[in-house]
Amino acid sequence: MSTRLAGGGRFLDRTRKIRFTFDGESMSAHPGDTLASALLANDRLLVGRSFKYHRPRGVVASGAEEPNALVGLGTGPRFEPNQRATTTELFDGLTAESQNRWPSLEQDVGAVNAALSRVLPAGFYYKTFLWPRAFWKHLYEPVIRRAAGLGKAPHPESRDADTYEHFHVHVDVLVIGGGVAGLQAAKVAAESGAQVLLIEQSAHWGGRAPVDGGTIDGVSTEEWVEKTLGALDALPNLRRIARCMGAAVQDHGYVLGYERLTDHAPGSIGPRHRLWRIRARQIVTATGAIERPLSFAGNDVPGVMLASAMRDYVVNYGVTPGQRVVLVTNNDDGYRTALVLAEAGVEVVRVLDARQMGGGALMVQVREKGIRVDPGRAIARVSGGKRVRTVHSCLADGTGNVLEDIPCDAVAMSGGWSPVVHLWSHCGGKLRWDEAGAFFRPDPARPPTGADGQAMVVPAGSANGELTLRNLLQDAVKAGKSAALKVGCEVGDIRVPLGQEVAESALMPLWIVPARATPDLRMKAFLDYQNDVKVSDLQLAAREGYESVEHAKRYTTLGMATDQGKLSNINGLAVLSDALGEPIPQVGTTTFRPPYTPISFGAITGEARGALFQPLRRTPMDAWHDANGAQWEPVGHWRRPYCYRRPGETTEMAVNREILATRRSLGLLDASTLGKIVVKGPDAGRFLDMLYTNMMSTLPLGKCRYGLMCNENGFLIDDGVVARLSEDSWLCHTTTGGAERIHAHMEDWLQCEWFDWRVYTANITEQYAQVAVVGPEARRLLEKLGGMDLSREVLPFMTFAEGTLGGFPARVYRISFSGELSYEVAVPANLGRAFWGKLLELGAEWDVTPYGTEALHVMRAEKGFIMIGDETDGTVIPQDLNLGWAISKKKEDFLGKRAQERVHMADPNRWKLVGLQTPDGGVLPTGALALAPGKNANGQRNTQGRVTSSYFSPTLGRGIAMALVLDGPQRIGEELTFTTDDYDAADEAKTTLTATIVSPVFYDAEGARNDV
Amino acid sequence: MLILPCPCCGLEAAEIELAPGGEAHLKRFGPGSSDAEFEGYLFNRHAAKGPVLERWRHAYGCGKWFLAARDSVTMEVYGTYAARLPQPPEEIIARIRARHPDWQVPA
Amino acid sequence: MSESYPEPVSPLMGASSEGALTVREAGPTGMIALRGDLSDPAFTGPVAALAGCPLPTVWQARGGDGRTLLWMAPDELLLLLPYAEARQAAPRLQAELDGRAVHALVQDVSDMRVRLLLTGPQMREALARLTPVDMSPAMLAPGSLRRTRIAQTAAAIRVISEEEAEVLCFRSVADYAFRLLGGAARNAPDFGYF
Repeated sequence: MSTRLAGGGRFLDRTRKIRFTFDGESMSAHPGDTLASALLANDRLLVGRSFKYHRPRGVVASGAEEPNALVGLGTGPRFEPNQRATTTELFDGLTAESQNRWPSLEQDVGAVNAALSRVLPAGFYYKTFLWPRAFWKHLYEPVIRRAAGLGKAPHPESRDADTYEHFHVHVDVLVIGGGVAGLQAAKVAAESGAQVLLIEQSAHWGGRAPVDGGTIDGVSTEEWVEKTLGALDALPNLRRIARCMGAAVQDHGYVLGYERLTDHAPGSIGPRHRLWRIRARQIVTATGAIERPLSFAGNDVPGVMLASAMRDYVVNYGVTPGQRVVLVTNNDDGYRTALVLAEAGVEVVRVLDARQMGGGALMVQVREKGIRVDPGRAIARVSGGKRVRTVHSCLADGTGNVLEDIPCDAVAMSGGWSPVVHLWSHCGGKLRWDEAGAFFRPDPARPPTGADGQAMVVPAGSANGELTLRNLLQDAVKAGKSAALKVGCEVGDIRVPLGQEVAESALMPLWIVPARATPDLRMKAFLDYQNDVKVSDLQLAAREGYESVEHAKRYTTLGMATDQGKLSNINGLAVLSDALGEPIPQVGTTTFRPPYTPISFGAITGEARGALFQPLRRTPMDAWHDANGAQWEPVGHWRRPYCYRRPGETTEMAVNREILATRRSLGLLDASTLGKIVVKGPDAGRFLDMLYTNMMSTLPLGKCRYGLMCNENGFLIDDGVVARLSEDSWLCHTTTGGAERIHAHMEDWLQCEWFDWRVYTANITEQYAQVAVVGPEARRLLEKLGGMDLSREVLPFMTFAEGTLGGFPARVYRISFSGELSYEVAVPANLGRAFWGKLLELGAEWDVTPYGTEALHVMRAEKGFIMIGDETDGTVIPQDLNLGWAISKKKEDFLGKRAQERVHMADPNRWKLVGLQTPDGGVLPTGALALAPGKNANGQRNTQGRVTSSYFSPTLGRGIAMALVLDGPQRIGEELTFTTDDYDAADEAKTTLTATIVSPVFYDAEGARNDV
Repeated sequence: MLILPCPCCGLEAAEIELAPGGEAHLKRFGPGSSDAEFEGYLFNRHAAKGPVLERWRHAYGCGKWFLAARDSVTMEVYGTYAARLPQPPEEIIARIRARHPDWQVPA
Repeated sequence: MSESYPEPVSPLMGASSEGALTVREAGPTGMIALRGDLSDPAFTGPVAALAGCPLPTVWQARGGDGRTLLWMAPDELLLLLPYAEARQAAPRLQAELDGRAVHALVQDVSDMRVRLLLTGPQMREALARLTPVDMSPAMLAPGSLRRTRIAQTAAAIRVISEEEAEVLCFRSVADYAFRLLGGAARNAPDFGYF
């Protein structure tokens, strides 16, 4: 039985009790408990079910490496799945629920019995669900989806109730890990003058040392930790942050730290998690080591636990997972657990030491306590369903013949230690195999390197494979010095604190327990608990030819669960290498990828949610639009009114009303989003001639010209009206959302290619509010504002003037994108809202109608004007759009000219712009393809064109469309067949439409409406 | 996430403050060039595994383009230099050759 | 010239967010973008005369008496001055430089940006939540300027004093920037790092 001990528990506040619930059952614990220790204190050994077989599982570890004890935490908007009970600090009122079981943890109908598990071997999905292909969609995939996944996602409608933030810091030295090595390395670096940030994933400093014992400089490790923390806190150039995990080490010293601020204290003010975005010149990884399980049959029965975890629970939390414990080990360190248990009054019924000669001084100490030690023995299997009942012992190097049945209720297993090399490896640090310790350790000859090509990470202590106190302190001093020197500090003589502990005799690697275990036993010896990968699965993968460790990992799913193989990795590799008959270092490890343990989406997102999800660009008139029925459309990051709906109107009704009112009388468009770039200098004309396909240097003062811009591939990238402001300056309008791109494009050519040309540019898009005043009454409205002569004679089409209009400083362009008499008026943005108001006020007599982007689109399509992004898609050249008139024949060169001479570009048989008209006036679907006879090499129907824009025109009372069609302009009057959205090649009669090729100018072809 | 020193304004720019611009030192071929020359200019890139010469813009900072010599394998930055230079300065070439003795400025 | 135009309305109409850290929109400010050769006295002379102060060094701000010159790029400065003055001052300076055949671009950009002032003891921490710039006092002393980003938008950050900074963003994202800074100021207002 798993219980709270009468004494011990250095993290506990035994004077207080708190309550929590697990699967609805209320339980009691102490402040300082983790959820795992609290469950154990309440005799809850069974805490979850495994992923594949739904086997009953219990707590196996005491830290971040825990694979089994994953729970759903919290409720409602604070529910979160897959939280590790071992790293969840308990608080009063915590609610947790077990996962991966139905209807209950105790009675899980999904549990796969031993017989059925034989048909679920490695690669089961790949083998079973291969054929027939058609079964995938309706049978296999739904089945797999139901079975797959760990934990349940929060309700899709719920919104995380907490806030999160990022925090950017730049430090000289970042020390990751607050154990003895991390504290010592940080102290050395900081005392040498470096700016140091020290982070520790747990709430406690000192790591394992206070549990594992030994002395430093003659005092207990616990005392030394306290003293050292005091010394650190006196250093103004050192900061230490607890509950902050080093999650990722990336290029050029970029490290993510994941700080959990309020998980242990819900209801606190402030963010729940803080993602530290750290730039460190040097990184010390003092990330410790993780104990390995042993691979014997039944090593997953609740009650089987890592030996180090068991002594953590006794020492730190005053909890014992059992009353009668068997310890199985292949090394001396495991004996420490026997000593701790005996000290706490827990019976250790047997120690099974796989080594023929047993251990050293620690074994002697254990025997002196009267505990029986059997050398050369190991576990054949553990029996028990939801908790350990019996250990069946055997010879360690045998096949598993049972020598003795040992009744017990918990098993501590110790397979030796593996340094936590994840952070060392994230950014390319390589490993070497340590024969003596049977682990991979950082290879100092191949460190991760930074921007200067020098090592940027230095490992320290047990993370560097130095597992004894004496050595790890020496190593930590070395690491601290190395980091300080590399950031330019002077390092004086530093005394290495003297660590002392009981000497240990050598470990004996033992990857399969017992060494020659029968197939039956290997099928129950788990390597990866969370993904249910067994020794037999790895061996099967090897037999089937998976020689690469990366392939074997994916085939068996070893190490692919949320714990990313922290416990299973080395054992799995060893089993694979044994099966392949290759040495372990040759087989190598899989790639260690960030984050070290899962981090919350909230932390990654930071502030970028809700209204701050992404920048929203607003024009100076935005508030008016919002208050007047605007239906918003995103255009780049801008929001623009799609239309303004009046009460009782549908969107379609509003669009049609806006178009008709504009064509009949007067419309207003907020055109502020159009890009505006000033280009000035002695070489500005020459520069613009290179940028635009047509000639801009010859544009007379006061005039406007429509221009096209192509990239060097010859494809159209932007268009807009250019105005000649002065002898040496031009104002270039770009498309909405194109301003930044085009400005960058200009600066690119100016800075990198024509750097001796004397030209300055400025993107002044947001300096102005710009309003298009459109319709037959446009001039009357502006005349009513007064102050400028805008008559046909003074301001003809494609000219502009500056002046004061209705009291506003204004630049008035007479340009038209609708075919109507039209002016675009630019005023300073700070006056934009007032100017808009004035236009509305004075325009009332003509029923002035603000219109949105959809009316704009329809009106330009009625006139056959192209729209970048509709008629163009990055593969269209101006010639395709019948815009040859805007391509200068005189210029020797412009961007895109050479490309437009390429064979395919100059091919007369390209898809070109035409208009389309349906027989019944219906609206074609945008994107519809024009069918052509025959099929292509892939058996697909040939096509000869596609619809680029399609609208209902209220002006004409029917559908209009623009399309790119093979040889289109030569085929006016021809009828084509177009696909509908539900096109089916087998039933073309019902899933196609016909349309006739016509001119793309549908309205006022002679341009009379603008010629007033 | 890279850091590149901007040679134009002196700041150490983080990758999120930079915009990439592809391979540096392309020679522009315009009208009159052969198909082979134009193809090379438009499409053929070295994409080397090892030292690469790249264009970057300090887009969120001073707005200037510059060139960087960087190792595409180790991420080592050999140096950054002005966009108008026809090839990396000698000291950058020397730094590259310290790691890759046979390295030549790509033709 | 004494034309009277309607009252300028800045994008946030002077909004402020109070707390341990105050975020306040500065209201309409005259701004003139100046592009030219910063090593040519023919350009810098008239600029300094208009600004009333010598030119700032790289990534610095300089000024006083209602005018401030910001170093924005190796060939670009931004002059802050009273709103009412910019509309005439910019073309006048441009004409002066044009008259002397000095290649330069002078542009009134007073309406293009929003100016947000942060005041309070943890100003540096609030900004460090949003920008990759090293906000430590050693790297960014008062008088320093950086152009960088806050969250997902471009920004210029100017440290005025240990408890005051100014953030310049484009006008269209004024609301986004104000919410960003307000949020950063409210989240963990007592968290001190620098």
